[in-house]
Amino acid sequence: MHTESLNTQSTFPTRHSEARPEHPPGIPLAIHDLTVAYHRKPVLWDIELNIPEGKLVGVVGPNGAGKSTLLKACLDLVPLSSGWAHIYGKPYRKNRHRVAYVPQRESVDWDFPVNAIDVVAMGAYRRVGWFRRVGKAENERAMEALEQVGIGHLARRQISQLSGGQQQRVFLARALMQDADLYLMDEPFAAVDAATEEAIVDLLRKLSERGKTCLVVHHDLATVTTYFDWLVLLNMRVVADGPAAETFTRDNLQKTYGGKLSLLEKAAEALRSTPH
Amino acid sequence: MNWTGFDTWIVVIGALCAAACALPGCFLVLRKMSMMGDAISHAVLPGLAIAFLVTGTRASVAMFLGAAVAGVLTALFTQWITRFGNVDRGAAMGIVFTTLFAIGLLLIRQAADHVDLDPGCVLYGAIELTPLDLVSLGGLPIPRAALVNGTVLLLNLGIIALLYKELKLSSFDPDLADTLGYPSQFLHYLLMTMVAVTTVAAFESVGSIIVIAMLIVPPATALLLTHDLLKMLLIAVGAAVLSALGGHLGALVVPGWFGFESTTTSGMIALAAGLVFTLAWLFSPKEGVLTRRFREKVGDPGSLPDTNTA
Amino acid sequence: MPDLREILEVLLLQNYNTRLVVLSTTLLGIAAGLVGSFLLLRKRSLMGDALSHATLPGVAIAFAVMVALGGSGKSLPGLLLGATLSGIAGVATMLLIRHTTRLRDDVAMGFVLSVFFGVGVASLRMVQSMPGASAAGLESFIYGKTASMVSSDFLLISLVAGLSSLACLLFLKEFLLLCFDDGFAAAQGWPTLFLDVLLLGLVTAVTVIGLQSVGLILVIAFLITPPTAARFWTQRLIPMLLIAALIGGISGWLGASLSALTPQLPAGAVIVIVAALLFVLSMIFAPARGVIPRWIHQSRLRRKVDRQHLLRAAYEILEVQAGSAPVVNEPFPLALLLTKRSWTPRQLRRILKTARREDHLEPAAPDKILLSESGFGEASRATRNHRLWETYLIQYADIAPSHVDRDADMVEHILGAKLVRQLEAYLSDHDLALPVPPSPHSLEPSANP
Repeated sequence: MHTESLNTQSTFPTRHSEARPEHPPGIPLAIHDLTVAYHRKPVLWDIELNIPEGKLVGVVGPNGAGKSTLLKACLDLVPLSSGWAHIYGKPYRKNRHRVAYVPQRESVDWDFPVNAIDVVAMGAYRRVGWFRRVGKAENERAMEALEQVGIGHLARRQISQLSGGQQQRVFLARALMQDADLYLMDEPFAAVDAATEEAIVDLLRKLSERGKTCLVVHHDLATVTTYFDWLVLLNMRVVADGPAAETFTRDNLQKTYGGKLSLLEKAAEALRSTPH
Repeated sequence: MNWTGFDTWIVVIGALCAAACALPGCFLVLRKMSMMGDAISHAVLPGLAIAFLVTGTRASVAMFLGAAVAGVLTALFTQWITRFGNVDRGAAMGIVFTTLFAIGLLLIRQAADHVDLDPGCVLYGAIELTPLDLVSLGGLPIPRAALVNGTVLLLNLGIIALLYKELKLSSFDPDLADTLGYPSQFLHYLLMTMVAVTTVAAFESVGSIIVIAMLIVPPATALLLTHDLLKMLLIAVGAAVLSALGGHLGALVVPGWFGFESTTTSGMIALAAGLVFTLAWLFSPKEGVLTRRFREKVGDPGSLPDTNTA
Repeated sequence: MPDLREILEVLLLQNYNTRLVVLSTTLLGIAAGLVGSFLLLRKRSLMGDALSHATLPGVAIAFAVMVALGGSGKSLPGLLLGATLSGIAGVATMLLIRHTTRLRDDVAMGFVLSVFFGVGVASLRMVQSMPGASAAGLESFIYGKTASMVSSDFLLISLVAGLSSLACLLFLKEFLLLCFDDGFAAAQGWPTLFLDVLLLGLVTAVTVIGLQSVGLILVIAFLITPPTAARFWTQRLIPMLLIAALIGGISGWLGASLSALTPQLPAGAVIVIVAALLFVLSMIFAPARGVIPRWIHQSRLRRKVDRQHLLRAAYEILEVQAGSAPVVNEPFPLALLLTKRSWTPRQLRRILKTARREDHLEPAAPDKILLSESGFGEASRATRNHRLWETYLIQYADIAPSHVDRDADMVEHILGAKLVRQLEAYLSDHDLALPVPPSPHSLEPSANP
């Protein structure tokens, strides 16, 4: 595996200059030499990733593998020990408008006194700018976004009175409002009902048809290859990444999940034996 | 009971101050930082004392400045201790405000010979005397305290109207606020400054007890009654005004019941706010303790959260 | 200014007038340090704040009742009983709000704090106007006043402080369990509600006896500051309790003595400031978690990580240059290093400077890098360790992350020699390069397996 990573010699610049590996602006997310450590424990370690445009990317790995941290590191929400993550060839703070982030559902207080459409409209706040109110046009767009995720009729409901799946849809609608090119989603499928899961998958497909890139942290290995066309297997460092069918192998899974293999192996073999 | 124009002014001043506090208080409560109000209102003491010692007067821009600085420092120190010392936020807050308060007490005790300022007046204030201190506004004599608290109310109202969307966003989801380019840290310190300035405006007229009560209790009341941020702000202001009125009435009437002569209006305003909260707690149409019990008996399922999926 | 003899007299408890006061605040500090430690670990520090404010109505009402019954109204046990009862009412209100509404802890605390305190101030003002009794001095419960203490008061305070400390030591194990994992404690059949109530009861006791000397606003500092300061000195419970008691005791002793020597300094404020100073010193210098020791540790760690990254990058470059031949130490272009990792040229210059100082580099042409013999040895060792860690992560992916300490000098120290041999075998089975670090004494050139 090391010899592979060393074959990049041809891309080295020949002159001693400020030059560093540049990524074409067409690459939605490029990560180089990224290390994140809380105190002295590394959480992410020497991450190298290039996510191609328009792909539905699943980020898969065991608990504590640093999946959420990887998303946060891309968004400058955690301090980096080394390396960088570039969004369409630029640091995140220069390309904020091209990214939408869907955090884990537990990250906010759902008792907050706002209703669904208010939360969705928050996605438009950057466009609206400081001091100005959310206008009628943006509210209509927020309504459309809610319709798109199938809960238009719940727009005026206070968010604590939504079910878990509906809350997740509100978050997705908010991300749609941001009108980004790269969507980073932290476990959108966690604890949602089957109908919501289906709606989310539909939405992801539509986004990728429109050339958008989605990076989705995912837990359920049984659905990985049906949902995603590109995979990142993560366990502190990238074990493997590439097209889903090629990456989702028994060997890679074992490298990612280690000893808990009996169950996982069965899942993988079952999947590989059924053509899809 | 003998109601005079004096009493009207007391209620007006109390109401202006209570409303000025309730507005930033709503955001404190929503950010789960209610105790920050308590901390800041104690911690402004050294800022006030230093401003006194420097300028020698009780009413000045320096005082506002001193207190605002002390308030922001409380928030800042709390954050430093929390982050660099890896300490629970509540404990950090407790250490910072008790220390600042103790420093303030010492400074005041040292200065006792020179200036007329005692910690008692910071705590209880003397709202009963405020109508005596008049200033002229466009020819009309109005109490200075009404002017000061009214100005702060307008200021708070203005800031919240202007930054309503930003404050809402950063209270609900600070990470999203940061990623959308609205720095949540800046908004946090803005809110802390608002609390500090409101505290100072209130302290010399009504005392910090009212401030602490008004920062927390009316917003908590409102949160029991509504699920809408705008309505919450309005209800909180309403509850605050009601407490001011009820508090002063109580101060006139209640001591008589027990055969006492008088009491302080500021303490009674805090009590009135507590009673308003208790009413909401028991009888809130959707989630009052008694309303729910009644509904259970009648068997009306109306209050159950809707769990159907779309 | 008091002279040295007076100062010593007060500090050494020789002065009859101040002895009781100094001794009682010292005992109070010790008890508060112990009780406060559990409060801190339970993350409920500010509950003490709400509780202490909630005692004020009790003081006023107890006074009124005692006067109505024909007493003087100022008997300390009576006032403290009133304070205890209203403190308990405050805690009960907090718990009630938490269990019957969706409001959170902080709101419940703020509510009790402000409303009870408001009621306290209002009723204090009322009883001050009571005919036939002087309530002057009751306000000292707000700010504290140590001067007026008689020996029966002292006995009461020392008794309560002693009993609270004793209870903390008796219930050490139970409280620890409660603070660490209350869910587990409940599942194990421990009466968590009883333990919580007991803890809050101890907090109430300490708060109430602190009222007279420190005052209700500042007594909370006694409960919070010493335990938080102690936390910086140790990672273990029992030493933390002892240090918290020590810091609390020193604050009470020094603060009360200073205040006794200079009458215009209120004792409560001085005690709190002494405690705060001890806190600041602990936060900055304490070896276990202090800011400076941690900062030193971290910058040392960062330098070490930088060094390992540099050496490993160098080794991997040499590996590529060597191709299939054994890796040998020879000069290579500096530019290769820059692209190997995400260093900026400035960072790299700093790292190279350190490496030169540590004798890991030999002088070479301006845009070339040459490792020294020891540098090359270190480089191959760092690379080897790194590869072993990676293999370990792959082999034991489910348990690995919590064990990984890739910056440890020797993998063997953490994983043990046996496991390391297994990993080595795995690597050679899979035809992956594993550098053999040259022995420092060997003159043979290192070879690649």
